[in-house]
Amino acid sequence: MTNEESRDIIMNNYLEPYHRNMPHDGYEKTNTRNVSCIDNINLYIKWKDDTIEDITFDGEACAISISSTSIMIKNLIGKTSKEALEYIKEFYKMTDGEPFNKDLLKDACCYEEISKQKGRKVCANLPLKGIEKAILEHLK
Amino acid sequence: MNREDFPLLKEEIIYFDNSATSLKPKCVIDKMVDYYTNYPANAHRGDYDLSYKVDQEYEETRELVKDFIHARFLEEIIFTSGTTESLNMIVTGFFEELLEANDEVLITTSEHASNVLPWFRLANKKGIKVNYIPLDNNYYVTIDNLKKVITPKTKVISIAGITNVIGDIRPIKEICKLAHENNIFVILDGAQMVPHMKVDVEDLDVDFLAFSAHKMCGPTGVGVLYGKKELLEHLEPPILGGGMNESFDSPSEIYLKELPTRLEAGTRNIAGVIGFGETIKYLNKIGMERIHNYETDLRKYLIDKLLPLKHIDIINIESDSGIITFNVANVFSQDVAYYLNKYNVCVRAGNHCAKILKSSVGVNNTVRISLYFYNTYEEIDNLVELLSNYDKIVKEMI
Repeated sequence: MTNEESRDIIMNNYLEPYHRNMPHDGYEKTNTRNVSCIDNINLYIKWKDDTIEDITFDGEACAISISSTSIMIKNLIGKTSKEALEYIKEFYKMTDGEPFNKDLLKDACCYEEISKQKGRKVCANLPLKGIEKAILEHLK
Repeated sequence: MNREDFPLLKEEIIYFDNSATSLKPKCVIDKMVDYYTNYPANAHRGDYDLSYKVDQEYEETRELVKDFIHARFLEEIIFTSGTTESLNMIVTGFFEELLEANDEVLITTSEHASNVLPWFRLANKKGIKVNYIPLDNNYYVTIDNLKKVITPKTKVISIAGITNVIGDIRPIKEICKLAHENNIFVILDGAQMVPHMKVDVEDLDVDFLAFSAHKMCGPTGVGVLYGKKELLEHLEPPILGGGMNESFDSPSEIYLKELPTRLEAGTRNIAGVIGFGETIKYLNKIGMERIHNYETDLRKYLIDKLLPLKHIDIINIESDSGIITFNVANVFSQDVAYYLNKYNVCVRAGNHCAKILKSSVGVNNTVRISLYFYNTYEEIDNLVELLSNYDKIVKEMI
């Protein structure tokens, strides 16, 4: 993925994020925020047994956090908890600058270079941290 | 002005985050290195020359601070770790004992967390009421609005002299006059005021004042708690230990030292306090009035340049301090800060520790420029050029 392609994916998902401010009656809510900055996002998850049937979100955050949330939602809907946790693990590998499974992350590969920007790594990881917490809670 | 005094300013960097902390001039850094290198003894402890020198330097800072804020007595100057500790000491050491359930404290929604949370805790602990002085359309405190919320139960007004988001300069002298006519104490959070303009505690007639060295070219970890002597006598020491006691034999026989030592338990930040003394000498040389006037001119210059930019929404056009808070249309404040950082321009994004202000302003997060005397018109030109091109901001914000 070129820098220009990455940029386009991020900007498109920032300007028109997927499933932002959508109805979420009966969904499980989880909040995710960065203590070091001001990003603050609520995720709403609808489960069907062990499968994520739907996710919506609202809140305030920077371009990286919003776009990362949007891309994550697109990629996680339809996944089982185990598949979702696998996705999250690969995402963290990418933002840590380690080798990762590009096929699994799809569009989310646009954040490959973010491991070099310490300040923004937490922004990209933010929604993943939130959904990870919600999945682990769901599995309890 | 005086840019040559600051080692960091030799680099290609524009520092506009002075409300968070200020840069340090070489003379202050050197003074602390001198302590650590040449006389690193403890204060008030030794009977030898090195320790004597420490005592002298440490107490000279107290003298300098006393004169700087025009306090009456040396005993009124207590060294703390910063404004936050000073405010907490005032609330827990003085007012927790004094206030009763349903007594009222007046603050505003634009206070910093350190002037809100200690009161909230006291509200939970003792049932006092935390009420708010309404802000006017410019988010200012007015005497008329203050009069509306004073009741017979009001015991304390605790407010910032200059707020760290709106940057308004509060009419502290008038507030104190009205407060004292009604037997109300006034605590002045001077964190953003003392570094930028002359603050005379006797003229203002404040009962307590808190401020930090690091926001005024001094070291981190040093602050001042000023209180009128007759009030400080009743402030319960928050920490007990060495240096502050005269003798102790049993729980019923504890004898504490007089002010100010009684409120400075343990080994203090000696290097910091000594460095702070040098800071005050440095600021005195420049002149606080000169600093304030220069910052006011610089602010006006920036506002005049930003106003024509349609995509910039300035929150505090009218304030008189060096704080300018704004947003760029449809761009999250942190993305603006990130964009400016690419050009080595340091600004702050967020809620600036004033988390309840959003209820008044209706904006959660902003970009804040905070000026100091070493900032220049040229730096403002560079900033404005970067902010002028909206497409460039959007293109480069990620």
